[in-house]
Amino acid sequence: MASPETTEPPGDRLDPLALEQRLHKPPLPRWAPWALLAGGVVVALLLRQTMGVSAALSVVAGWLAFAVALTSTSRWVEGGRRSVDRFATVMITTAFAIALLPLGTLLFEVVSKGAPALNSTFLTSSMRNVVGEGGGIYHAAWGTLLVTGMAAVMSIPIGLLTGIYLVEYGGGPMARWITLLVDVMTGIPSIVAGLFAYALFVLFYGEGVRMGFGGAVALSVLMIPLVVRSSEEMLKLVPNELREASYALGISKWRTIVKVVLPTALAGIVTGITIAIARVIGETAPLLIICGATDSTNFDLFSGRIMTLPVYIYSQYKNPGFPPEFGVERAWGAALVLTIIIMLLNLVARLVSYYFSPKTKA
Amino acid sequence: MASSTAAAKTRAPRSRGDRIFSGLATAAGGLILLTLAGVAVFLTFQGLPGFTAAKDQVPGGEGIVGYIWPLVFGTLLAAILALLIATPLSIGVALFISHYAPRRLAAPLGYLVDLLAAVPSIVYGLWGIFYLAPRMVPLYTWLDEHASFIPLFAGPASVTGRTILTVGIVLAVMILPIVTALCREIFLQTPRLHEEAAMALGATRWEMVRMTVFPYARSGMVSAAMLGLGRALGETIAVATVLSVSGVVSFNLITNSNPSTIAANIALKFPEASGVQVNVLVATGLVLFVITFAVNFVARAIVARRSQFSRAE
Repeated sequence: MASPETTEPPGDRLDPLALEQRLHKPPLPRWAPWALLAGGVVVALLLRQTMGVSAALSVVAGWLAFAVALTSTSRWVEGGRRSVDRFATVMITTAFAIALLPLGTLLFEVVSKGAPALNSTFLTSSMRNVVGEGGGIYHAAWGTLLVTGMAAVMSIPIGLLTGIYLVEYGGGPMARWITLLVDVMTGIPSIVAGLFAYALFVLFYGEGVRMGFGGAVALSVLMIPLVVRSSEEMLKLVPNELREASYALGISKWRTIVKVVLPTALAGIVTGITIAIARVIGETAPLLIICGATDSTNFDLFSGRIMTLPVYIYSQYKNPGFPPEFGVERAWGAALVLTIIIMLLNLVARLVSYYFSPKTKA
Repeated sequence: MASSTAAAKTRAPRSRGDRIFSGLATAAGGLILLTLAGVAVFLTFQGLPGFTAAKDQVPGGEGIVGYIWPLVFGTLLAAILALLIATPLSIGVALFISHYAPRRLAAPLGYLVDLLAAVPSIVYGLWGIFYLAPRMVPLYTWLDEHASFIPLFAGPASVTGRTILTVGIVLAVMILPIVTALCREIFLQTPRLHEEAAMALGATRWEMVRMTVFPYARSGMVSAAMLGLGRALGETIAVATVLSVSGVVSFNLITNSNPSTIAANIALKFPEASGVQVNVLVATGLVLFVITFAVNFVARAIVARRSQFSRAE
């Protein structure tokens, strides 16, 4: 920041016009960056067409030409500080573009490779007695539904009640500890949650235990902190005047919470729960540990292995059978189904919070 | 809020419904503390036989320390690679959304980045092995030919692309959304007056960011990066899918023989493990739990201290 303008002693041989010109160098015209960007595109195209450079490399080269040209032109016309600013803008925009690259290619891959696998057989048959072609995700879809549903049944009351405790009853050292530990719990690796469920159930069922309920417990360990966090945030948003108005009418505290506070925050809480379900429905590692993998449909959460969609994808990739193309194709098909389910859950969450939250006057 | 609840506590006579409800809420909170304690206790209980197992019973025959050390090394290496890639990128993306993008586009763009967090890790694994890895091979070959004097790129280059560097990139993509979301939140909290003061003094946008946004957000950026680190340390299935492992300890980033990570090793070995091998794997899981717990605890403590600061302001 030590530019010559500011270090010059003021009033000393000051030539106002020259100073004015140095401080207010004319900026580049607005079209200049776009023109240079077009130049970069031309460079990339030339490299690609005439010299046969690979697509990725020519894009990088074109981008580099654009960045260097813009920075140096700006330095020449506008001076050092503005050129640094332009350089930073280019870098930050580039960072964003790079971040979108994996999302775009990933969604494209999943859709283009998964779509051919989707048909009625794929959705309605299990992998029982299937070696090569055929087979599907019927058993895995049911398993995911049952295990995730059970996890939700356990997590939602515990998470919601904890959120209520933290907002309506808390304030002591226990509440502070719960807040901190819930935050820490969101960072528990999913595989550790799976090992915990195994270590718990091995005490009752002996070595090598595999059961769907264990998977639900493992997913609950991951899901409860998410539910607590979101419901706590939402309950905090309920204006205190509502509670006070209810108390003033002589309503007891718990009825105030159930009849006034919860309905006000309901849309936000439902959104948070839906997002939490979407988060745990794609977990593979804990279910691989405690639910295991199987080719048959199993509706009983309390006995035996149960297949789930994420584990299905993993095992179809790991042991594709013979010939392997079909296994890999099934893996992509199941990946597409899982991704669609998760995107739908996220969409539902957005819609709920958009349409059902209390309208605030602008 | 605290004052109103305190007032309600002292004045209202506590009916039976009130007592039951508050009891339920408190019990739910207690259950969470119990669960976290349970995770530690049960893992210790099942892992202990692994720690005390005789040398020849542990796979590899070098005892539990010799077994865990390469895994810890691999876990840290992959996670730190991911962090080195993801942190600058996330800060850039967060700045773009909070300060550079047109106001109306900012929210949808943020939603796009959040979508990255919704993709399940197994799908990242498929993407990593079938899309990313083959496309990294030319780069690895080039590095092997021209930069092999650097120990990181000593080679020989992998022909499948299933290297620890590829894993680092996949992990970086996976932690990018959470680091970005946290950074964005903190950047948006920068006091408006600071920013306007900087602009009024004639600062360019980048100078404004450097003089007002970064100083304000420094501790938040550190804790965001640490939370990302915690995620990367525990990531399992994407690593197990992509990485080609051989249990070596080496900084060589572009070969087919890579150190495994704790989490991936458990996922690969657990389905077929039996007897004391299970205990050994649970013991490695306990080590992972302790590492991630420490990283997360420090990160959250930084955040908590910071929020106390801002309340005092």
